[in-house]
Amino acid sequence: MQTQTLTQKLANPTRFMTLSGTILPWLSAVAGAIIAYAMYLAFFVAPPDYQQGETVKIMFIHVPSAWLAMMGYGLIAASSFGLLVFRHPLADVSAKAAAPIGAAFTLLALVTGSLWGKPMWGTYWVWDARLTSVLILFFLYIGLIALRSSIEEEQLAGKLTAVLGLVGVAILPIIKFSVDWWNTLHQPASVAKLGGPSIHPDILSPLLWSAAGFTLLFFALHLVAMRNEIRRRRLKALTMAEVERAHSGTAAAVAE
Amino acid sequence: MMDLGPHAGFIWASYGIFAFVLAALVAWLLADGHRLQRSLDDLEARGVTRRSKRGAAAGSTGSDGT
Repeated sequence: MQTQTLTQKLANPTRFMTLSGTILPWLSAVAGAIIAYAMYLAFFVAPPDYQQGETVKIMFIHVPSAWLAMMGYGLIAASSFGLLVFRHPLADVSAKAAAPIGAAFTLLALVTGSLWGKPMWGTYWVWDARLTSVLILFFLYIGLIALRSSIEEEQLAGKLTAVLGLVGVAILPIIKFSVDWWNTLHQPASVAKLGGPSIHPDILSPLLWSAAGFTLLFFALHLVAMRNEIRRRRLKALTMAEVERAHSGTAAAVAE
Repeated sequence: MMDLGPHAGFIWASYGIFAFVLAALVAWLLADGHRLQRSLDDLEARGVTRRSKRGAAAGSTGSDGT
C-alpha cells in the first residue's frame, strides 16, 4: 500500500474539514494567549525608545502587519504554484482564502506606518520606494480579488488569478530590498539582517511575541476562510445538482 | 490611563484602527461561515446531500464530491 504525503491526504476536502475543525480552536486559543502576552509586554514592560519615545509602541503592530502582508502574498504565490503545476484540489481554495486576509494586513501596515510617520518624519506619506512598493502590494491584492470576482467560471477564475498571483510575487524582493537599493525615508532592516537585530532586547522581545501571535492568528483566519470556501463550493454544487434534478423531473413528467 | 507622551493620539489611533480592522475581518469570516453552513443544513434537511453521504448511508464508502 502506498503511503500518502500530508498534502495528498489534505487533498480530500472532507478530511481537511475534519482536521481543520480539530486544529482551529487550539490554534485560535494559542494565538489569543500569545497576542495578549505581547500586548502586556508592549504596554507595561517595554521601555520608550531613546529617540522615538513611546511611539515605538506602534512598531509592535506595524512590523508584524508588514511581515504578514508579505507572507500572505507568498502563501498566495505558493498556492498558485500548487494549482498550476500540481493541480492540488485545495490550492485554489487556499489562494482565494488568503487574499482578503493579506489585503487587510497590508492595509494595516500602510495605516499604522502612516500614523507612525507623522510624529517621526513630519508627514503621513512620502513616495519613497518602501512605502510605494507596499502600496503596489495592496493594489495587487485588490487586483487578485477583483479579477476572481469578475469571472463566473470557477476553474478559469482560479487559473487566471493564479497566473497573476505568480507574476505579482516579484513585488516581494522589491519590498524587502527597497531600503537597500534606493535612498528611502523608511529606515533599513533592523531585525532580519546580517549581523543580527539592531534593536534592544527589551523592545525586540515584545515585537517577536507580537509577530508570533499575529502569525498564528493569520493561519487561524486562513483556515476559517478555507473552510468557508469549501462550504461555498459544496453549496454551489448541491444547488446546481438540485436544479438539474428538478429540470429532469419536469422533463420526465412532460414526456409521460 | 497610562501616559504615552505627546504623541499618544497617534499610538491610540494605530491600535484602535488595527483592532477594528481585525475584529471586522473575524466577524465577516465567522458570519460568512454560519450563513453557508445554515444553507447547507437547509439543503440537507430537504434531502439534497453529497454523493459521499448518500454512499455512506447506503453502506458504502466514497470520496468527497466537492
